[in-house]
This record gives sequence, C-alpha cells and structure tokens, in this order.
Amino acid sequence: MHNFQFVKPTTVADAVAALEHDGAQALSGGQTLIPTMKQRLAAPEVLVSLTGIDAMKGVCKGDGGLHIGAATPHAVVAREAAAYYPALAHLAGHIGDPAVRSRGTIGGSLANNDPSACYPSAVLASDAVVVTNKRQIAADDYFQGLFSTALQLGEIITEIRFPIPERAAYVKFDQPASRFALVGVFVAKFAGGVRVAVTGAGEEGVFRWKEAEAALSAGFHMAAIEDLAPPKQRMIGDLHGTPEYRAQMVKVMTKRAVGAA
Amino acid sequence: MTKVSMTVNGKAVSRETEGRTLLVQFLRDGMGLTGTHVGCDTSQCGACVVHVDGVPVKSCTVFAADVAGGHVTTIEGMANADGTMGRLQQAFQDCHGLQCGFCTPGMVMSAAALLAVNPTPTEAEIRAGLEGNICRCTGYHNIVRAVMQASGQASAAVAAE
Amino acid sequence: MPKDGGIGASTKRREDVRFLTGKGRYTDDINIRGQAYAHFVRSDMAHGILNSIDTAAAEAMPGVIKVFTAADLAGVGGIPTGWQVTDRHGKPMQEPKHPVLAEGKVRHVGDPIAVVVAETLDQARDAAEMLDIDITELPAVVDMRAALAEGAPKVHDDLTSNLCYDWGFVEENKAAVDAAFASAAHVVSLDLVNNRLVANPMEPRVAVGDFEDHSGNSTLYTTSQNPHVIRLLMGAFVLGIPESKLRVVAPDVGGGFGSKIYHYAEEAFVTFAAKQLKRPVKWTSTRSEAFMSDAHGRDHVTKIELALDADHNFTALRTDTYANMGAYLSTFAPCIPTWLHGTLMAGNYKTPLIYVNVKAVFTNTVPVDAYRGAGRPEATFQLERLVDKAARQLGVSPVELRRKNFIKPDQFPYQTPVAVVYDTGNYDATMDKLLELSDHAGFAARRAESAARGKWRGFGVASYIEACGIAPSNLVGQLGARAGLYESATVRVNATGSITIFTGSHSHGQGHETTFAQVVSEMIGIDAGQVEIVHGDTSNTPMGMGTYGSRSLAVGGSAMVKALNKVINKAKKIAGHLLEASDEDIVLKDGKFTVAGTDKSVDWSGVTLAAYVPHNYPLDSLEPGLEETAFYDPSNFTYPAGAYGCEVEVDPETGKVTVLAFTAADDFGNVVNPMIVEGQVHGGLAQGIGQALLENCAYDAEGQLLSASFMDYAMPRADDLPMFKVDHSCVTPCTHNPLGVKGCGEAGAIGSPPALVNAVIDAIHGAGRTDVTHINMPLTPARVWSALN
Repeated sequence: MHNFQFVKPTTVADAVAALEHDGAQALSGGQTLIPTMKQRLAAPEVLVSLTGIDAMKGVCKGDGGLHIGAATPHAVVAREAAAYYPALAHLAGHIGDPAVRSRGTIGGSLANNDPSACYPSAVLASDAVVVTNKRQIAADDYFQGLFSTALQLGEIITEIRFPIPERAAYVKFDQPASRFALVGVFVAKFAGGVRVAVTGAGEEGVFRWKEAEAALSAGFHMAAIEDLAPPKQRMIGDLHGTPEYRAQMVKVMTKRAVGAA
Repeated sequence: MTKVSMTVNGKAVSRETEGRTLLVQFLRDGMGLTGTHVGCDTSQCGACVVHVDGVPVKSCTVFAADVAGGHVTTIEGMANADGTMGRLQQAFQDCHGLQCGFCTPGMVMSAAALLAVNPTPTEAEIRAGLEGNICRCTGYHNIVRAVMQASGQASAAVAAE
Repeated sequence: MPKDGGIGASTKRREDVRFLTGKGRYTDDINIRGQAYAHFVRSDMAHGILNSIDTAAAEAMPGVIKVFTAADLAGVGGIPTGWQVTDRHGKPMQEPKHPVLAEGKVRHVGDPIAVVVAETLDQARDAAEMLDIDITELPAVVDMRAALAEGAPKVHDDLTSNLCYDWGFVEENKAAVDAAFASAAHVVSLDLVNNRLVANPMEPRVAVGDFEDHSGNSTLYTTSQNPHVIRLLMGAFVLGIPESKLRVVAPDVGGGFGSKIYHYAEEAFVTFAAKQLKRPVKWTSTRSEAFMSDAHGRDHVTKIELALDADHNFTALRTDTYANMGAYLSTFAPCIPTWLHGTLMAGNYKTPLIYVNVKAVFTNTVPVDAYRGAGRPEATFQLERLVDKAARQLGVSPVELRRKNFIKPDQFPYQTPVAVVYDTGNYDATMDKLLELSDHAGFAARRAESAARGKWRGFGVASYIEACGIAPSNLVGQLGARAGLYESATVRVNATGSITIFTGSHSHGQGHETTFAQVVSEMIGIDAGQVEIVHGDTSNTPMGMGTYGSRSLAVGGSAMVKALNKVINKAKKIAGHLLEASDEDIVLKDGKFTVAGTDKSVDWSGVTLAAYVPHNYPLDSLEPGLEETAFYDPSNFTYPAGAYGCEVEVDPETGKVTVLAFTAADDFGNVVNPMIVEGQVHGGLAQGIGQALLENCAYDAEGQLLSASFMDYAMPRADDLPMFKVDHSCVTPCTHNPLGVKGCGEAGAIGSPPALVNAVIDAIHGAGRTDVTHINMPLTPARVWSALN
C-alpha cells in the first residue's frame, strides 16, 4: 500500500483537526479499510486513527435508549449490550469472526455503509440516531445508498443511540465465502409499530421493507409475511445469488426474524 | 518513520516504522518472529492471528503504530516457562491437529483466545470460535478434538466419536 | 494393545513441535542478506495484444534496481510441459510456447507482463504503478464449446485452433461400445460439470533466487512439492543451467495439493534475475495473486452414458468430456484428463466396454493442472453420479446396483477395458463397513425426525477406486510422460548406529519425518529417535520425483525399504565376519544380529562402528562404510478403494445444504501410522465436500476472474463440516510393493463429492421432487433453491 502519515489523537477535537489535512482519512477498526488500502484502492496521505479516543468507546444505558460509542469494537458490543438489547448484541457477536470483532467498530461499519454489512440494518430498524461531532442524524436520513451516507467531509460519528424495541431479532443468511450477509433482516417491534430493515440484498444498500412493516404492525406473527410479494427494491445479483433468490430470501429471513423475536 | 514501542511476548521492543507497517510486518520482518504467517490479503484466513492486550487480532489487518504501547503475544510466546509446549500446543500434537503447520500458529492463537473466554466450549462453539481461521489440511476434525482436549473435556463431548 | 512405535503405531509427529512453537522454516521465512524484492505486474485483461511497455518512469522511481520485460529475457526458454498426449488420429497435441513473461500477447488475467525489482517490496509496488503498458484488448474465449466453434478467437495465433487434442480411449473399442448402446435394455445419461477449483494451500507460493558469483552456482528456495523436478525443468529447459550448478531447496512447505508440483515462471525469474543482478531476489505471492497465477484444478464438462442389460448389468460406458487447459499447458496438464482420468472410468465395476473421448481446450483462463486427486475425482464423480441416477431411474437401490456390478474379490488381478490392471481389492467389504458405520439402518427414523422440523434429509453413497503411487516409468513413458516416475532414497548409517535417510519424496504436511522413521525403526529394530529424515534439498538428496499422486510411501517408502535391505544385507556380512559365521545364518531382530540357533550376537551399533572403524573387517571382500542408495520404480499403480456415505439436510426454503455426517470406509492396504492416515482422509474429505458444496472458481464471459479472493471463493471452514467417521480396517495389501501400502492422500477428495451430491438428490427425491435429477457443483443455497423453484 501507499505510505501515509499515521496519527492517533485522543480527543474528538484533535481528530477533527487532523482530518482537515488534504488526503486525510479516518481509520477506525480498519477491517475493511486496510484490505482496501492493500489493494491500493484507497491511498490516504494522513490516516487518523480513532481508536485512541476513550470518549468514543463504551456501551451504556441513557435516556435515548442504548448509547454505544462509535469506536466500540463488535466484541464489546456483543458482550455489553446483551443485557439491554439482546438482538443487537447477537448481531454484533456474529459479524466477521472473533479476531475481526476485536478490532472492527460500529462507527467504522456505519461510516463505510457496505451493502452487506450487518450494523446498518440494526440502526435502520431500531430508528437509531447517529451522533457526530456536528449533529444528530436520524437513521432514515443517514443511509444514502451504496457506500454512501449523510456524513460530510471530516465529520466523525461519535456515538449511536438505539431506542430499545419491545421485541427484535436479526437473522443473517451468510454469503458462503466472505461470511458477510447475503441477506440479513433486522426486525424491531416498538409500541408504535414495527420496523424491518434489510441488508445484503439491495443494490442501494440497506433498506426498509415497508410492506412487511405494515403487515407486521397489524399483527406481529410469521404468517403476516406469507402472502406478501417480495420487496420491490432492486436486488444484488452476483456469483452467490440472483436478484430473485435474494428477494425470496428477504421474505424467508424476515419470517424467521419474526419467529426469533 | 516513527518510533513504535510495544511489549511482545513480555519483552519491551521499539522500532522505527513507516505508517503503513502492519503489525505482522513489525513482528516478522522487524523482530524475526516468523511464526506468525500471512495467508491472505483480505483478512479472511487467520494465519496471522496474535493477541493484542489479550484479545485475538488479525495482525495483517492492523497497523503496528495503532497498537503502540500494547501487549502482543505471538505463537512464540505460548510455550511454558521451561520451554516445553503449552497445554494447547501439546493437545494439537496429541490429536494430530496440524499437518503442514502453516495455519497452525493462528489456529492456536484463536483457540487460546476462545478458551480464555469460554473454558469448556461445545463442539459447535469451537467451530464458531475458529470461523476466522482457515485450515486446508486437517478438515478441522482433529483441531476440534485438540481444543476439546486442551479444555479438559477429552474427546468425549465430540458427537460423532 | 496398540504399538507405540514402528509400523502400525499412531506415533505423534516429531515435526509438530517446530510448527507449534513458531519455529517452522517456510520459504518466506528465508531472508538473504542483500536481497532485492520482485513484484510481478500482471495482465488485468483476459486477452490482448501487448503493444508496448514503457519502463522509464518506473525505473526512475526510488529504490528500483531494474524493470524486466520479455525483452530482457533473451535466451530464456519457455516453461515446459511434462507430458505429450497423442490424439485419436495419431497426431501430437498442440503445444504452444509458455513464456516466463508475456511475449506479444496476454492470454489470461494474471499473465505476467513485467517484473519490478527494487530494494523493498513497497518500492517495487510503488514503481509498478508508473509502468506504461499499452494493450489492445481482444475478445476472450472462456467457454470451452465456444472456444472450439468456427471463427472463435484463438488463444495462440500460431496454433490451428483452440483444440489442444481430441483424445479417444480406447479408440479401438469405440464401435463395440456404440453397438452395445444400440442393443442396450436401458440407457442412462447425465450432463455434468466438474467445477474449476483453486488449490489454495494456506502458504502462498514464494521463490527466492540466490547466486554465488565466484562459483557461478545458483540456488532457488521455493515452495515446491518436488525440488528435483524443478531443478531438472528449470535448469535444462528454461535457464540452461546444469544440475551441478543449480541447487533447489524446498524447506517447510505449507501444503501443496498439487498446485506446488509445477514449475512456475516466478521460480525461473528469481533465479535468472539473481544471476543477472548478482544479488538475491525474493518474490512472495499474495493470496490475490495466487488466485490468478497458481494452476487451477478440475474444470471438465461431460456427457456420460451407461448401457445396462435387462438384469441391470452394466454393458458399456461412453463419455464425452471437454477439459479446460487454460491459456498455457502447465507441467502435468495434458495427462490429467487423459491418463489419470480415462483409465479410471471402469471404477469399481466390471463394465466390459468403455469409450472415453476428451477434448482439451485452450481458453483465456489460468492454466489448469492437477489438484488433489487429479483426473480421478472427475472420473469418480461422473461414474458415481451416473450409477446413482441409473438406480433411481430403474427403481432399484443405489447400493444394490453397485454391488451387482462390483468386481468381486476372486476376480483380481482384474484387467479393465481401460488399460489398467487392478491388483487387489474387496469393494463389498468397504460397502458393508460403510453401511454399518453410518447406521444406514437408522436412516429412515432420522429422515422422519428432520421432516418434522421441515427439513429434507438424504443419504448418499459413492464407491471409488483410484490409481496412485505413480508410476511405472516404462508404462507412463509409452503414454507420453517425458520423465521417469521412480523414487529414490539414500540410507546413511552413521558410525554409532544412528541413521539419516535422504529421500526424494517431499513432505508438505504428510508427516514423512515421522512415518518414514517408523518404517526404519521397524526394519532395523532401533528407536525411531535414532532416525533422521532429510528431504527437500537437491544438494543432499538423491534425484527423486517428489510428492504428489499419493506416491510418497508407496514409491518413496519402497525405495527406502529397498535401500534399507541393501544396508541390512551388508550389515549381515559384517556381523557374520564379527561373529565368525556365514552371513546367511545371521538374523537381525530388535537391533541385534544373532547367529541363528545360537546365543552369539552383536548389536546394531557394534556392526555400524565396525563399518566405519574397519580394524576387524573383511576388507578383501567388502568396502568399509554403511550407506546405500536405491531407486524404486513401481511395476504397477496401487489401487486404494472404498465406499463413502454422506448424510445431509436440505432447507427447502433457502436451499441450504448442511452436512450432518460423513463416513469413509477405505482400503489403503497396510497402514504405517493410522493417526496420519486418518488425518489425510479428513483433509481430503474437507476438500471434496468443499468442491461439492462451496468452492467455485468462476469467470465471467469476458474472462474476468469473479472468485478472485477468499471474499468470493468459499473455503470450507470449521463450521461448514461435521466430525468425520473414517475407517481403514478393510485391508487388501498391495501385491507389488514391499510394504503392501496403497496411498491415502487423495482418496477423501475423490470419493466425497459424488457421495454428497447423491445425498442431496436423495433428500430432494425423498420429499417427492423426483423431477430434480442433478444439480451442478457447488451445491450452494442459491443453486439448490433454483433447482427446486
């Protein structure tokens, strides 16, 4: 990979300042960025590690629900969110593999917004708030398509605030090689209704399956899905599954998530 | 070049490194600790797993500078104080849990990390715990047995035997 | 009571200690003072005209020593092919040049175009981005049938077409086979694909070239299964270096599975460049590079047909196969779909008439060569899928249809209609053992239990036979091999009685250091700790052909036994002299020479010391010293065989197949170390299950590699596999080698794919979907789901 200057600030302010350099790029756990840099598909001149900022780490119960520091590794979320939000902890505990979960962070995953990543589905289904150094962004506004988010240049995610649903579950159907989600569905039932977010399948990244939300809000049981047509979103077609297959799997996984919730 | 210091297998070390120097390069090229291997470039195979501050990490997917000040343990640091193989290493030999030996260091490090958080894992938990380590030789059968043995469960708990 | 040493003992592996403590010495662990680093610049197009390469900007980059292109390799020969196949019309195969660096054209994604050599690897890579390479893209041929169509783009302009050869076997039988089909009571046919695979040993390839200016000696350290073969091919055909000036070392090697047999361009390059630049040059493959530069495996498209009489006896078999060669002929490539495939089409059955047609095709893809099993998995898959389909079509039990047509124990040696003679076997015995171990009787209950959970359970069997222990040199010579396939060993008995064995075999995971020592220990009666096994260095081992084709023990072990017998014969003469008895009366047992019927004896070490301190020694009739070399050329292949059973569950909603149980009953003849044999079977099963369920090396229509990393090429992981049941208690010892051993390295990968696919089809039929008769591998969830919907 190309060489770069490595900096590791300990405060958000210092990180923001460091990111003002031309060619600066934030590094969180690096589990996607570093392989990309090895392929020379990314070549930052300054790499700003966020893993030294203690204020961006940790899981705690707050008034907005569960607050998770953006630089908290998946393994920590899996362990520490379990008592408050088991479905989210389960999701975190099945991202990648144990070594990836030691390094990879929730903020890094959301900033990258890989169409097959797990976390975006939890954030969207939970109607979570993405907190940055500048503002608070509602989940519905945050995800803007493939690898695309509402984040502006130099903006850093500092925290994610998850409202805790009455019932929820995430069911992931693995892509057999990478173990990313071929289709992943997060179902969250709140007093005010049900949200269903789908990752892995859509050509534009994570999306809400609104027909399923309506059906499940009317009656939260597996049978509610049975007669629905698969979602209308354009689906990914690749070596591992056709768009038709993915569309069908969205239905199957949604049903299973409802069963598991 | 910046100076990066860390503790490796209990020994304080310090080296001039580039920003792009990966932890695995720091260990292999810088320190001559060639027990940690590189088997892929997409963070999938796990041949490079070491422990950083007690948790398993793919050393090919972390910059040396990012773990400055940390405590790193590699396969070279897994033996007993008297130089004999540790319990997990011995179990791998007893159970024929390795063939070509290339994935073995990473496999041992991941297994050790699993046992640290789950001292008596089931067969399914062992297989899940080793999801990030690819072995092309053993079919994993004897690796599972080795981890069982090291956890004091003999192989009795392994279903098919 | 199991033995704790010698033949038959599950001795723990001595090599494990270094691997488990991080002290293994793999090629990438070798760094020579002053070494430079080579980075290969490879084609990202499948097919194109290489117009020009401007290296000036790259050469001006920091740390760059030199940028090499084909123009810098004047006098360097092409990478040779080790086999010559003659086609059904008596014509030799078409054999294009395989240059070390692309000359005039690029022919596959990954084809090396240039090499940047620099002080550091990062500098070499940085400079590579400055190369100005002008390529005019050409249409690529990827599909084999399309490659043979009239007017298809030609991979090699100097060949008449993309057809390497059109092979018929046995050509003289063709008419009789066709006649048998015309009069058959039943004909069953199947179209199938044997999916392209990437071997992916966990250690990527590495090559380090070194050159000693004052002596003119070159050394290559390389990740090879056969250093002597590399020395011969590279020295004689590519670089023109005599063996005496060239040393090839393959130290600890992290798996091979066939992909490290071949002589590769990178090996020749670093050896050449080290000499040119007068400094060591190192190249380490990345995994991404391995996907486009290691030879791939399999990739056959086949139509197979079986003729049966009214009593369900097989009367004839006919196959029509397209075999992908890729863009160039790799070292063994031409023989894989022919002599390692056609000769196995009889399987375990007494089918009297067989005709095999194979069209080998050049395409704009990575060269294809042997991968674990090499030709035999392709043969077994076709046959065992077809027999299973026949049973379903005829409404009979797949097990019983196999049994009815098995060659029976009293029929050995058995001459098949496809040239080979099976020396021994008992196929019913392994089938019985399989059904017992897999609790076939309890399957119906298990199926019902799955059904209650909405899952479809299936059980599939496959028989297999393979030919390994390659190979009789005079036979393979007639078939087109350009090398002998013997093996060698030198037994050096040291003065105090310890023994050093130098073997031409090579261990890259198989455990020779342990098993070969067990054989020596058994034969001499000394502790295995007194025996050291040396392999992998052409400077100290006798010329040997290396390790592949499950040949190490059957051929390499036999050479060692032969050399040990020479040693023992000489030692008996020395003992006879010391004991004042005829050497014919001397018996060696438990490390002691005794005069038969007396208590007069001398220890092994007494004799070995006398050999090197010949003060009391028959110098008039016997040379001092105790060191013997033997070359062993087998008189036949060995024929391991067995029966495999797979139990799966299919999730009809997703198409996901879960392997619940896998049982292997093998006949490997005699076994030296059961623990290691079982480990070999486990590994083979994982690769076979991987082929059937997960692995697929895929190209798009433009020749771009879609599965170019572990992100898209699904390797079997721990949670993809069950615990295995393996058994090798059915033993019919090989009749023609001294240990009675057959070879166990490839069996698992040969027998398992059809067993798994048969199990999935059984599950689907069990659920009433008898319309689904075949699904091509790998049986991914998406493919199974598509077959069902």
